[in-house]
Amino acid sequence: MDGMPKWADVVLVPVISLILAAIISVIVFMAIGQNPWEAIKLMAYGAVGTSDFLGYTLFYATNFIFTGLCVAVAFHASLFNIGGEGQVLLGGLGAAIVCIFIPWPHWTLALVAGSAAAALFGALWVVIPAYLQARRGSHIVITTIMFNFMASGLLIFMLAGPLKPAGTMQVATGIFPEATHLPSLHDLAGVFGLDLFGRSPVNISIFLALAACVGVWALIWHTRLGFEIRALGRSESAAKYSGISAVNITMIALLISGGLAGMMAVNNTMGINSPQLVDNAAGGAGFIGIAVALMGRNHPVGIVIAALLFGALYQGGAELSAATSVQVQIVVVIQALVIMFTGALDEMVRSPIRKIFLRMDRSSVAGE
Amino acid sequence: MASPPPTLPPYSAERCIDMNDIAPAIELKGISKAFGPVQANKDISIRVMPGTIHGIIGENGAGKSTLMSILYGFYKADAGEVFISGVKTEIPDSQAAISAGIGMVFQHFKLVKNFSVLENVVLGAEDGALLKPSLRKARKQLTALSEEYELNVDPDAIIEDIGVGMQQRVEILKALYRQADILILDEPTGVLTPAEADQLFRILGRLKEEGKTIILITHKLREIMDITDTVSVMRRGEMTSTVKTSETNPADLAERMVGRKVLLRVDKVPAQPKDVVLDVRNLNVTDDKGVHRVKDVSFNIRAGEILGIAGVSGNGQSELLEVLGGYEKATGEIYLNGDQLDLTGDKSDGQSRRARGIAHVPEDRQQEGLIMDFAAWENTAFGYHHDPRYQRNRLLMDNAAILKDTQEKMDRFDVRPPNPMLAAKNFSGGNQQKIVVAREIERNPDVLLVGQPTRGVDIGAIEFIHQQIVALRDAGKAILLVSVELEEIMGLSDRIAVMFDGQIMGERLPNETDEKELGLLMAGMTDGEAA
Repeated sequence: MDGMPKWADVVLVPVISLILAAIISVIVFMAIGQNPWEAIKLMAYGAVGTSDFLGYTLFYATNFIFTGLCVAVAFHASLFNIGGEGQVLLGGLGAAIVCIFIPWPHWTLALVAGSAAAALFGALWVVIPAYLQARRGSHIVITTIMFNFMASGLLIFMLAGPLKPAGTMQVATGIFPEATHLPSLHDLAGVFGLDLFGRSPVNISIFLALAACVGVWALIWHTRLGFEIRALGRSESAAKYSGISAVNITMIALLISGGLAGMMAVNNTMGINSPQLVDNAAGGAGFIGIAVALMGRNHPVGIVIAALLFGALYQGGAELSAATSVQVQIVVVIQALVIMFTGALDEMVRSPIRKIFLRMDRSSVAGE
Repeated sequence: MASPPPTLPPYSAERCIDMNDIAPAIELKGISKAFGPVQANKDISIRVMPGTIHGIIGENGAGKSTLMSILYGFYKADAGEVFISGVKTEIPDSQAAISAGIGMVFQHFKLVKNFSVLENVVLGAEDGALLKPSLRKARKQLTALSEEYELNVDPDAIIEDIGVGMQQRVEILKALYRQADILILDEPTGVLTPAEADQLFRILGRLKEEGKTIILITHKLREIMDITDTVSVMRRGEMTSTVKTSETNPADLAERMVGRKVLLRVDKVPAQPKDVVLDVRNLNVTDDKGVHRVKDVSFNIRAGEILGIAGVSGNGQSELLEVLGGYEKATGEIYLNGDQLDLTGDKSDGQSRRARGIAHVPEDRQQEGLIMDFAAWENTAFGYHHDPRYQRNRLLMDNAAILKDTQEKMDRFDVRPPNPMLAAKNFSGGNQQKIVVAREIERNPDVLLVGQPTRGVDIGAIEFIHQQIVALRDAGKAILLVSVELEEIMGLSDRIAVMFDGQIMGERLPNETDEKELGLLMAGMTDGEAA
């Protein structure tokens, strides 16, 4: 055994990490003279307190599911794609071009074409880093993070030039044509006579995200390609022995990863209340995806849960700084604490728990 | 418990001096050590008299290495005491072990490759901040030691330039330089030619004459019989018996190790070779660093025979297997049933080889044959995951079918525990190897490549794996066996080729040669010289 039961690995460790993050957050709130209990209540209310707020939480969670999946797929091949941020921006470019330049008769067609274009552009943006990694051994972490900067520059160039509508000052595309606007969940609920999610932008692409989860799950654990991705990720020498091409699988895994990141742009461009592509279309989601994937143990189910948590944190934090004198920077600190404890410091919590389980195991054996 | 009782009486706590009033060089009392739920050492007591060679023998995972690691300060025992020359001694780390006079020669040498012998010996035992005086002093002592024990080591030789046997003697020198009276050697002959092993044993004999105490850990029964005075047998973390070597024999020791009667010889009828299946002509391999690994190697294997390739590891056998298995490029020609194999192009990969009926049990099951984090069922599909039987439809694999197939293979090969969901790393070495062998043999291949089939495998499983290989031969398949264990080569092969420095030095029939002649070929003697 690895020392601990699965439930401890999947549930106990993240919960303890969250509690630790919460304890430090309490100290932070106390240090700035804010009542921690009030602040946490406000954040919780801001995240799920109203139907409107819940809608925002789900909207952000949709973003994080895509970027979480992006990191997870690459991670199964032992590749650390931290270029999600740039791949999202390129995905946005793809979606914007398809929406602006092609007259779509109906949003369903626009959704299909927009998703495909977003995925394609996201995947294309990782082609060069993937090739350099697969063929030349240039580290994917370095190249993808460099490509984030280039993506940002490219996007600003496009938004300030070719895609800029005449007569505006904003660095953004114009509002996409009406037929490409994705229905929000509020609209959908309205069909059934329900009044849900207020004016929040949560939209139909949340189902696209969930479908992507199912797709990734099937890919990783039920297809030959997924088998080869996992085999390469766990042991390159064994993969070589079995005739799995490290070059091909590295490329394919990264392209899928980039495509998933790109698809996030569907939610963040076509799905928002006034659909357009703005210059910070990724909004840090590419990096939060790393924490989501880590906390979700690279499994789609875990990723959905972690994405919901981070969505709530994002939305709750925004409400907290809107409703109180707590500065937005403090909210960022709180979010960073959660990312740090659930992501970067994961092993700090995991290893003592593993030891405790080992000791319990041993005493139960000794007692036989 | 069916094991024979220990021949030495149990020790009482207050008695640490034996009847002749000579304190044992080492005495362990009631040593226990657990790793999680695994009890690696269970209440182990042993006494090693000064000036003797004491063998410790046991299967993989019997706890030999754990016990020695406790003695050398790598692990802390959960319970028990250590006495050195009658004095109770705490050994919290290896520094303490060294100052107690214990020296250790590891299976994998701990030498700095681009340092000289002298520098390696001094490393960690410098007298002060300045290196010169230490080196000067060491040079004098080294020469003296080297002469006293006939080690023949040049202090100025660079480690990477000298042979494995010499490197091992440097390790021994290191221990002696640190004034070790007790020398522990962990599987010392694994990397040596028979001649080098003989030389090592002469040195050990010399050390013993000088009053040093030697503990020899090995799984080779022959070495125990040849050189030790007493032998302790470990099984499943327990010291099951300690006997005088003169009062036992290999069969008896094997039985004590495994706990049941074991067939040491491979049981097989003479081969009935048919047509040539695999024909290798003028094969050359040059590795990434430009080193010429395989030089003009030609041989063939017929249906229904086992060709054994003997040789010290690192003489091109691994590369030969890798080329045949499809993950190393080569020049030359290989014909399988008359059809030429692709050696460099698109069809030179492992998948293509498998498709053409070449199965491969690789030398290193942990790095190549298995993915240690994968469950047994995933490992059963590994390499054969394109097999139509494992697919549900064009898109999805049929995990249930793989699971079922794995369960059947595990039952037939008696893999324990027979749990297909368990990760490969949680099986013992022998059971891991059974998973690999089952996967490769049950494909009914035309050619089976087998590298080190029983390395790190316990005796019981060795017997079984050998039987499976012979059964495949009798079913009319061609088998290429690569092993550094001469006994295994002699026992299994129908023909033996010896490799040295990338070349085949000669071919022999097992009943017309002996270990001495093969040993000479393995050491690079040409055909004429060895005969």
